[in-house]
Amino acid sequence: MRIVVKLFAHYREGRFKVQEGDFPLGTKAADIIASLELEKTSPLGVLMVNGKHVSPDYSLREADEIALFPKIGGG
Amino acid sequence: MADKIYRVNMSNLSFKIEEVPASWMGLGGRGLTSTIVAEEVDPECHPLGPNNKLVFAPGLLSGTSASNSGRNSCGAKSPLTGGIKESNVGGTSAAIMAKLGVKALIIEGLPKDAETFYQLHVTKDRVEFILVPELIGLDNYAVLEAMAAKYDKKVAVMSIGRIGEMRMNIANISVKDPGGKLRSHGRGGLGAVMGSKKIKCITVDAESYKEVTIENPDKFKEASKIFTKTLQENPISGQGLPAFGTNVLVNILNEAGGLPTHNFREGNWEHAEKICGETMAENIKARGGKTTHGCHAGCVIQCSQVYNDKDGNYLTSGFEYETIWALGAHLGIQDLDLIAKMDGLMDDLGVDSIETSVMLGLAVDAGILAYGDGARAYELLSHEIPTGTPLGRILGAGTHILGKAYGLVRVPTVKGQGIPAYEPRAVKGQGITYATTPMGADHTAGYAVATNILNSGGHIDPLKKEGQVELARNLQIASAAVDSTGMCIFVAFAALDDAKCLPSLIDMINARFGCALTIDDVMNLGKNILKKEHEFNIKAGFGKADDRLPEFMKYETLPPHNVTWDFTGEEIDAFWNF
Ligand code: SF4
Repeated sequence: MRIVVKLFAHYREGRFKVQEGDFPLGTKAADIIASLELEKTSPLGVLMVNGKHVSPDYSLREADEIALFPKIGGG
Repeated sequence: MADKIYRVNMSNLSFKIEEVPASWMGLGGRGLTSTIVAEEVDPECHPLGPNNKLVFAPGLLSGTSASNSGRNSCGAKSPLTGGIKESNVGGTSAAIMAKLGVKALIIEGLPKDAETFYQLHVTKDRVEFILVPELIGLDNYAVLEAMAAKYDKKVAVMSIGRIGEMRMNIANISVKDPGGKLRSHGRGGLGAVMGSKKIKCITVDAESYKEVTIENPDKFKEASKIFTKTLQENPISGQGLPAFGTNVLVNILNEAGGLPTHNFREGNWEHAEKICGETMAENIKARGGKTTHGCHAGCVIQCSQVYNDKDGNYLTSGFEYETIWALGAHLGIQDLDLIAKMDGLMDDLGVDSIETSVMLGLAVDAGILAYGDGARAYELLSHEIPTGTPLGRILGAGTHILGKAYGLVRVPTVKGQGIPAYEPRAVKGQGITYATTPMGADHTAGYAVATNILNSGGHIDPLKKEGQVELARNLQIASAAVDSTGMCIFVAFAALDDAKCLPSLIDMINARFGCALTIDDVMNLGKNILKKEHEFNIKAGFGKADDRLPEFMKYETLPPHNVTWDFTGEEIDAFWNF
């Protein structure tokens, strides 16, 4: 299935901003986090799919957009 | 050496240095300014008249070596909201006042001669009243220069520009930072109050101060070490804020559908990438600015930055998400450099960059400029407002009054103050803070974005109502307490997620004053402050109907999540059940 992966803040360094890719059915958000080795850069802060917060065991569906942020803050 | 209250009367140009009343002893920062305003200012007074008072108070830990403790609070009845106001700032003034032993500076009365402006110079033993006709009509950097020529270069300076002289609601009080740039007591029109009292600037002597006394230096050192470590080890205060500043929020709010766009019509902006924190950090690296920069000496987080133009010339510092959002998604400017130039200009002019930019975005609905017309926005800011043309005066009165003057319905304000940067319909906990805080729409009063969007202190679904009132209440109580310590609000991220942070902060207060406060005591302090502020507003004429968001948010659905503001009045009012 086609999934759009978006990375932000420190996660972009040495990786990419946005990439569309083909993933096998049953792929979970956690699989993408692991395959990109994001947590080697910084612990996961926020994970959203289609603009809504979900947990890493979320099973992705065709045309989902997944957004991954390290722990960030401001105000 | 005990701290003292410095009381200045502008009606007869006199001052007194008083003992600190026992009931004010354990207070600092916002706790002290709000207590003094609540006790001494008639809630029914005109904010620009003789009976309002302007109060400055450094935090309880300001002047010590504690990390991030250099925030100064300023309070008064606000001309923008008509309610109580506290606005705190970095810069050098808090530490210098604290070291001089100034627990609070209270400014009362109005001079009879309306044509004059004064400089107040505060030293250990006296307050001098200096006529400064040569400074009239100048903006902040020129005032800083004049003071640098007159005193030791470390002298603390708080000043207003032309817009403060004209007593416009968007006027702030600007404070010199360690690098000679400006930070501001931004919100609520406090610069207009200073202008009404005919004070162009306040300087505080930095030559004759002593270090603050610490009752238990060893304990203090130990607690301070732990506290600093919690800030440095927290991924937000240790990595995220220093690398990208607060502007890292553009993308996450945009992704969550909570980035108010085109005057709160949508929750996403297609051009977010052009103004986001990641783009800003890239520009800074390429152009030789600084990604990390502190607004005061003891800051270990350094969320501020120095942002230069393409040729490496300084444009601005302290370049914050809320301002970038307002000039970007809200008003439509896609050019981050122009936004930076306007931010720098707002520092010099001495205007609240949030109120001013939210107002300029509303000016699009008023037909004064087109969405995204940066050139016209710059002209309004650099010409119409500071020269005080009739249009400039209407704009300078702030978002709420501009909306009234142009017969607009979609006016994003609460208690007369412009709503910043977080769409209440899609970040509902933040909406509860905007509705209920005694300050008018103020994001720092109870930053529910932390738990709604950023997963700090757990997670509460931003799109649902459940848990939001309690979240906003707890955060507002904690923020009122933190605002009294002199700590920057960004210590909250460590406090929310690291069990060692808050106890070490309280240990520092105990070691500084030789007291034995517990977490409960500190939370009670927060509750008392909020209640005092709320009561002041009620006496000033506020009611439940003022604890509401703009009505259009109830009947207009916000894309992309197609949400409305769906809290009942009763649900909102339950906020005050504590
Ligand atoms: S974190 Fe930012 S706002 Fe807080 S003290 Fe440091 S520079 Fe100032």
